[in-house]
Amino acid sequence: MSFWQNISTYFSSEYYTFWVVSIGAGIICFAAGIVGTFSYLRKRALIGDVVSHAVLPGVAISFMLTGVKDPLYFLIGATTSGILSIWLVDFIQSKSKLKPDTILALTLSVFFGIGIVLLTKIQHSGDAAQSGLDSFLFGKAASMTMHDVITFSIIALINTICIVVFLRAFSIISFDEEYAKSIGFNVKVIKSFLALLTVITVAIGIQSVGIVLMAALLITPASGARFLTNSVKKMLVYAGIFALFSGFTGVIISSSGEAMPTGPWIVVVLSTFTILAIFFGKEKGVIARMRIRKSNNIKINNENTLKTIYKLSKEGNESISRDQLINNQSITQFKATLKRLEKNQILSRVKESVILTEKGKLAAREVIRKHRLWEIYLSKYFNLDADHLHDDAEGIEHIITPEIEKHLITLLDRPEKDPHQSEIPY
Amino acid sequence: MNDFYIILTACLVAINCAIMGSFLVMRKMVMIGDAISHAVLPGIFFAYIFSGSTSSLPILIGAASSGILATIIIEWLTHKAKLQSDASIGISYTLLFAIGIILISKFGANADIDQQCVLYGELEYVPLWLEPIIGNFYLPKQTIILLIVSVIVLFAVIWGYKGLLITTFDENYSLSIGIGVGFWHYFLMSGVSLTTVVSFESVGAILVIAFLSGPPAIAYLLTGNFKKMLVLSCAFGILCSIIGYYLAKSLDVSVAGSISVVIGGVFAIVFTATTLRKSKIDVISN
Repeated sequence: MSFWQNISTYFSSEYYTFWVVSIGAGIICFAAGIVGTFSYLRKRALIGDVVSHAVLPGVAISFMLTGVKDPLYFLIGATTSGILSIWLVDFIQSKSKLKPDTILALTLSVFFGIGIVLLTKIQHSGDAAQSGLDSFLFGKAASMTMHDVITFSIIALINTICIVVFLRAFSIISFDEEYAKSIGFNVKVIKSFLALLTVITVAIGIQSVGIVLMAALLITPASGARFLTNSVKKMLVYAGIFALFSGFTGVIISSSGEAMPTGPWIVVVLSTFTILAIFFGKEKGVIARMRIRKSNNIKINNENTLKTIYKLSKEGNESISRDQLINNQSITQFKATLKRLEKNQILSRVKESVILTEKGKLAAREVIRKHRLWEIYLSKYFNLDADHLHDDAEGIEHIITPEIEKHLITLLDRPEKDPHQSEIPY
Repeated sequence: MNDFYIILTACLVAINCAIMGSFLVMRKMVMIGDAISHAVLPGIFFAYIFSGSTSSLPILIGAASSGILATIIIEWLTHKAKLQSDASIGISYTLLFAIGIILISKFGANADIDQQCVLYGELEYVPLWLEPIIGNFYLPKQTIILLIVSVIVLFAVIWGYKGLLITTFDENYSLSIGIGVGFWHYFLMSGVSLTTVVSFESVGAILVIAFLSGPPAIAYLLTGNFKKMLVLSCAFGILCSIIGYYLAKSLDVSVAGSISVVIGGVFAIVFTATTLRKSKIDVISN
């Protein structure tokens, strides 16, 4: 009973604020995560950093002009100066020899400097309504209201709809602007539209998580998602879910203790997800790639040893000693290779010598066949000299799949001899 | 006298940053400087917890190590995890900054550090803590430590000038003649971290970035010679600091913010002038 009582207290009115804040944070993170996926894909991850600093003067000016803290005026001001910053970055880049990173850093710090100057001006003028303006610096998620949640939901909905509708256009300009141009997309309009969505999302989200951490909401979910999939659609889904969940969890963690800031906790949760994805991502993760590299090395060692045994026995060596086989492997690697080959019944040991089994001979012929076929292919289609062929084939022989081999054989008309006049074993 | 202290402090930061920034601009690594300037926050927090300020050299170096940690993480993410480089920068510094803010909000009351000064510093308060030097000559504590670090940075750069220069301008060549590119990378990054940490308390993260990127960018527009660029960017850093300070004083606004604005203004003027001249030359040559 007590468990259910515990659960039900979370839905009582005492927890109203908690739910508002956690759901609101989840939604704005979601909105930023999906639109940020395109910033990531366009390799403009740091533009989020610039925009989030650059909205500050806009906010300050809109307050100075109107004298009220109206979210709508803030939004207009913030969006205007955010767009201006992006435009400036592009403009300076097109007109000078300065590199993008310098321009980004300069724009970011100068806009922020203007913002700080205006903010201190407002503060020193002693306007009673000014308090709370500096929440833009670090964000005040805890003071989120139902009104904010509705705003967040609207921007999340707009982002989602726009991305669903323009998915193809957004994806194509992210990967290849030239191609997008050639098939008739108006790249400039699409880019500006995407920038507008990003800036509005930043301008809205910044009040909850603050300037510096807003950049993380845009790129960290996408970076993690990138390690899980190659498809843009799936990336969007993963980034969205990552972000939604992190926003929610971040609020739960930060509300569990005194003096726990919400924005930073959201970023920590988000980064944890991304770090996990970087390590454990299927195929692309660090661990998966290490495993692939290891299994490739094993394959290469196996095949090279096989090949050497085959060649040596072809040359008439009756017994082959281990010293002749070790190649580039270390002693431990070599021992492991021999053990593996023996276990797979590829070779058998006779005292200090080794001989190939029938299965082993077949496998060795396959490697040598691939090597020689590739040499022929290179000399025929790339006109390489005979003495340049070996090294390339040495690497590729381990990679050629049976399908590619079949293609090669048909393409080359089932040749009998390689460019060095050695026979090709079929 | 207060004017003098504040301007001197700002100028020292400007010189340090101009030298480091010139290398960063040429290496296309200014955003890594930006990342470091945020990522040193956890280090600074621990410095405060242990000693109450960043005004001693060992503590300073300890704090700077979190900036170096950030560059190591960025390198690892880019090269080992194969994450694209801009995202590597973005992820690492936001995470370290977030951790820093969490630590400061949780324990900051004990450490006498607050969030605001992290971002835009408290240059105005520099003259509050004076230390006697000789007789009647006093200098602010912050300025003294800044002076020491400036000397260290200056000597380090002079000592390593050749290595830094070669690895900056021709990485492949330096690899081929066996110069440790990695060593010089971390050498520079250590310098940037140290500069950032020591400048942090007085000017805050944002002015550090403005100083790292602005004056070198202005100088780069004006000259193609790297030595001239170093001198010019120091000169522009000092100029902007002085103008920025008096602007701030007359408008009664944040000094750090106002210096950034002046840097932006000077950049705008130089940028417009050089762009106009270039287009004039283009017209003539056409």
